[in-house]
Amino acid sequence: MPISMPMATLSDATPAVAVQGLNHWYGRGATRRQVLQAVDLRIQPGEVVLLTGPSGCGKTTLLTLVGALRQVMEGSVRVLDQELLGSGRGDRQRIRRQIGMIFQGHNLLRCLTAEQNVQMGSDLLPGLSYRARRDLAREWLRAVGLEDHMGKLPHDLSGGQKQRVAIARALAAEPRLLLADEPTAALDRRTGRDVVLLLQSLAREQGCAVLMVTHDPRILDVADRLVQMEDGRLWSAEPALVG
Amino acid sequence: MSPPLPWRERRIPLAWLLLIRQPARLAVALAGICFAGILMFMQLGFRDGLFDASITLHKLLDADLVVISPRTMSSIAMAGFPRRRLVQVTADPDVVGTTPVNWNQLLWRNPETRTTRSILTLGFEPGDSLFLPSALGDQARLLTQRGRVLFDELSRPEYGPVARWMKEGRTVETEVAGKRIRVAGLVSLGASFGADGNMLTSRETFLRLLPNTPPGSIELGLIRLRPGADAAAVAQRLRQRLPKDVAIYSKRGFEEFEINYWRGSTAIGFIFTLGAAMGFVVGCVIVYQILHSDVSDHLPEYATLLAMGYPLRDLLGVVAREGFLLAILGYLPAWLTGQMLYVMVRKGTGLPVQMDSQRSLVVLAMIFTMCMASALLAMRKLADADPAEIF
Repeated sequence: MPISMPMATLSDATPAVAVQGLNHWYGRGATRRQVLQAVDLRIQPGEVVLLTGPSGCGKTTLLTLVGALRQVMEGSVRVLDQELLGSGRGDRQRIRRQIGMIFQGHNLLRCLTAEQNVQMGSDLLPGLSYRARRDLAREWLRAVGLEDHMGKLPHDLSGGQKQRVAIARALAAEPRLLLADEPTAALDRRTGRDVVLLLQSLAREQGCAVLMVTHDPRILDVADRLVQMEDGRLWSAEPALVG
Repeated sequence: MSPPLPWRERRIPLAWLLLIRQPARLAVALAGICFAGILMFMQLGFRDGLFDASITLHKLLDADLVVISPRTMSSIAMAGFPRRRLVQVTADPDVVGTTPVNWNQLLWRNPETRTTRSILTLGFEPGDSLFLPSALGDQARLLTQRGRVLFDELSRPEYGPVARWMKEGRTVETEVAGKRIRVAGLVSLGASFGADGNMLTSRETFLRLLPNTPPGSIELGLIRLRPGADAAAVAQRLRQRLPKDVAIYSKRGFEEFEINYWRGSTAIGFIFTLGAAMGFVVGCVIVYQILHSDVSDHLPEYATLLAMGYPLRDLLGVVAREGFLLAILGYLPAWLTGQMLYVMVRKGTGLPVQMDSQRSLVVLAMIFTMCMASALLAMRKLADADPAEIF
């Protein structure tokens, strides 16, 4: 099982995410449009940050930039102490191994069972035997409460179960940063809240920072900090709530 | 501390699971590969079978060297040369025996249906050795009586139920080239593309059946050398000594001469090779279609794997492994079906089509090339998997 990180080290450790003066544009020439303007954001290890804002304001773009899925154009993005500005394709791929991602749709591999899907996460860990990685996958499924559904294909799981498999898969790679894009969008009220609470507690145990984009007002209270975005600008970071 | 390499390297068999968890698509892919493989097996089998069948008789000849006319193009059109040449050959100290042979196509009348069909007829002196002992035994003596023939029981059935009647003890008489003959016995030689059936007789009977043949003319001369003689050197000596109205070949050279005729002077080799190439192309198209749509369908999943930090190399490996697995899974049924069809062809046509290891390997290589080339093309679609698009 993952080892919990002592809380004392969190505050003085280097931040998991440090964004400074980030600008980003889509399109070129006359249709060029700025989607992010002078964004600054810091996330400490173990911190859960929720990002809200109207759709189309650039939240998802910020997420893809922090997640090393897109090339940074201007400004500094340091993730897990690595600068993403000017990074190559291979650098970004290596950094992504340390970032867990949970998507709006669950994005599970349809041809793999729940257990095999989670193992696709633990397979990213170096130096472990097949058996160790499989046991890890099983433990994570147990941690999200799906020990009875390990051999099922995604097709046979409910929406909430699929999202929990996706969480287990993201955490099985032992990430130090977790990015989630509206993980509750496809879920009903109760399952949505359960899934996010589970995500929060498991991430805390791991000392893993979380940046979650959401529209869902019912889950705002799980955040250590709320960040709002409008028209490509971050504004009014509310004072930290006690999580 | 880390576990041994195979265990460290072992991963979820993604390619295998992608294939078997979509049984309908897998079935279509395998049917396509199997079809292509069978087509290649059949076409190449026919081609090699034809080449092989064209020398069914050649292989049985009891000879170290062979004399034919330089005007002869192939066994279906043997030109004559003076028999004297074969007598001259015996002057060489290494030559221990010769057999003059008449070789021509005659019209055989089916004793049951009375229809006629051309049959390859070989005339030789019953006292001479024509075939290796295994093929003829001591049946040659049955030909000493005039008007007697030995019938090849492996001839196509259109010649009539001669073998069956003979085994039932009936006397089989029929007409060859308009003259009455009696079947004195059966031999096992084999049909070929050039000849659907074979018949042996004495030179005396042969000349009676074909009275226009000059008595001093033969189409084939067999030369046997003393054990240990250098066949190539003797052939070289004979070529220098004999006039240019004969050509000397080793037995193997004579077989190649015949095969080269079928290969070069007819379109057969080209046609069957083209047929095999068609199978290859059809297989390529099918496998490419399958792999391409497979990659397209799973593009979001591949993008997810990229987002998780899997390198593109791993995904290319998945597609390559899919191609590899398809090749193996498609080849096995193709090989088995090919084997069965070969048996049917052998029974139906008497052609010596065999599943030899060389052709098995050729088709295996073709199927692998087909699947891996298709996989390589399908990989280009993976470039569309953009992890930035999945949020």
